[in-house]
Amino acid sequence: MKILITGINGNHARMVALRLLAQGHQILGIDRRPWPDAPPNIHVFQTDVRKRPAADVFRQHRPEVVIHMATITHFSATADERLRINLHGTRLVFDYCHEFGVKQAVFVGRHTIYGAAPDAPLYRTEEEPPLAVSTFPELADLVAADLYAGSALWRWPELKTAVLRLVYILGPTRRGTLANFLEGPRVPMIFGFDPLYHFMHDEDAVEAIVRTVDHQLSGVFNVAGPPPIPLSVLARGTGRQAIPIPEPLFRYAVGRFGLAYLPPGAAAHVKHPIVVDNSAFRAATGFEHQYDAHEIMRGFRDG
Amino acid sequence: MWPRFEQITSRDVLERLDRLDVPFNQYGMDPYGISKRHIGLFVSMLEVFYKYYFRVRCFGLENLPKTGPGMLVSNHSGGVPADGGMIIASLFFSLDPPRLVHGMVEKFAQEWPFVSQWFNRVGQLPGLPEHAIRLLNDGRLLMVFPEGARGLGKLYKDRYNLSHFGTGFMRIALQTRSPIVPLAFIGGEEAMPTMFHAKRLARMFGAPYWPVPPYLLPVPLPLSCEIHYGKPMHFDGTGNEPDEVVEGYVEQVKSVINMLVTRGRAVHEQRRAGAEYVTHEVDPGTEPKP
Repeated sequence: MKILITGINGNHARMVALRLLAQGHQILGIDRRPWPDAPPNIHVFQTDVRKRPAADVFRQHRPEVVIHMATITHFSATADERLRINLHGTRLVFDYCHEFGVKQAVFVGRHTIYGAAPDAPLYRTEEEPPLAVSTFPELADLVAADLYAGSALWRWPELKTAVLRLVYILGPTRRGTLANFLEGPRVPMIFGFDPLYHFMHDEDAVEAIVRTVDHQLSGVFNVAGPPPIPLSVLARGTGRQAIPIPEPLFRYAVGRFGLAYLPPGAAAHVKHPIVVDNSAFRAATGFEHQYDAHEIMRGFRDG
Repeated sequence: MWPRFEQITSRDVLERLDRLDVPFNQYGMDPYGISKRHIGLFVSMLEVFYKYYFRVRCFGLENLPKTGPGMLVSNHSGGVPADGGMIIASLFFSLDPPRLVHGMVEKFAQEWPFVSQWFNRVGQLPGLPEHAIRLLNDGRLLMVFPEGARGLGKLYKDRYNLSHFGTGFMRIALQTRSPIVPLAFIGGEEAMPTMFHAKRLARMFGAPYWPVPPYLLPVPLPLSCEIHYGKPMHFDGTGNEPDEVVEGYVEQVKSVINMLVTRGRAVHEQRRAGAEYVTHEVDPGTEPKP
């Protein structure tokens, strides 16, 4: 099959590309950043998904499957840029998918859109509303992108749309939201709170995306790895020192003293858990995680 | 700096922890974030209250399911939720094999540092229907107080008068096909006689009420307590029945609890008077003897 991956230069997108290539698929990619040592049979178009040349990739090459991975978080971009890339970019990609006869579109999203709140259920199913839009305003653009991608399910029923909500990805690539949070030697916690963190290994995340394509999935699915563990255990397991900070001081302490910077809205995500129920995805694809929490943390720690 | 977990936990607790019906992983955690160490410390603390402070006696423990789901439905009393703690302790220390019972904690406690963390580590999750359904479908035991905070905050003059029962628990029991084990907790009202509620203090802490006993401190007195477990009740349905049908089922459960309370109070009086305990099984089907 001819598969187009947007944001192909991301670490996880590259891994997905190589895996699908090895399965015998034809791989195209779109990214603003160059991928100089890309395998010769992966054709990377260096452009922005929101620019005209991107439309031309769809028009001329007519991919059958599109995996949309060109989204960014607050760790790398400003609010304006996030809105442009995450929401407007997603909108254009899905419009092209419809216009140029793509058969399956996969949106690779995040479980953080469910948002952390004291009165939210521990295990979120796909029906749960995305609370992050109010609990963590910096994620509003990703919430909108996720819901917008999902709207393709009713707008264009002939396009098989899969919206994946992946838990944090952690592992030897040391890329991703949680990896950024755990980057420094010290990890900020809020005094008196120790929420569960749900994460999965790089390889398992890639496997889940590949399976979504293999099974031609359509629908909204939570994707998770091993059962969640408390943040304190996560910090210890990755060789970090957990620093409990009284909540009123939290927003002043982050970004200083070797602690990762977090926007003010992130405090809720360090107080309360976001854990997802991935039974629907497992039932649909037979996916089982291969790496347990210990292997994931060791992989991240040792790089 | 801290003493090792094994040093401050008794051998009995450790041995019971190993037989507990919770699937702990290599970190001693289960998928709900329940931690073996935390449970060990928590029940060790409860043990003191269970065995020496409230000197709790249990009747009808054989009515509890040994495996699989079950919903323990209790009267609520005593200003502070000591009854919940004692029910947890009774299932841990007096049941063989021990079982963990999951309570449904008031949502306001989730914003309290340490309190919320500890509740979550020992399997006492926020009181949401999603949690109840998930735990029961997972074959766990659930403890519910259908009176809610209304029951906990009732004044001494209203002691053991069951206030209004919600119907949510019954719909969940029907939906998950879980047996209901009615129970009466006796002694809590005398241990913590609430005279009135301090509204301003309650608002300050975001709590629904703040109980004030004659000795002012909201701490229960060391008076003896009993737990009477009734026979399991099975109801057939889907959970989608009209309100009046569900309310009828709820009334059945409530009347059994009322009966258990009446009988339990008689036993309690005997115990307080120093008489022999009535150790025969409490049968909710018969009227208590005067």
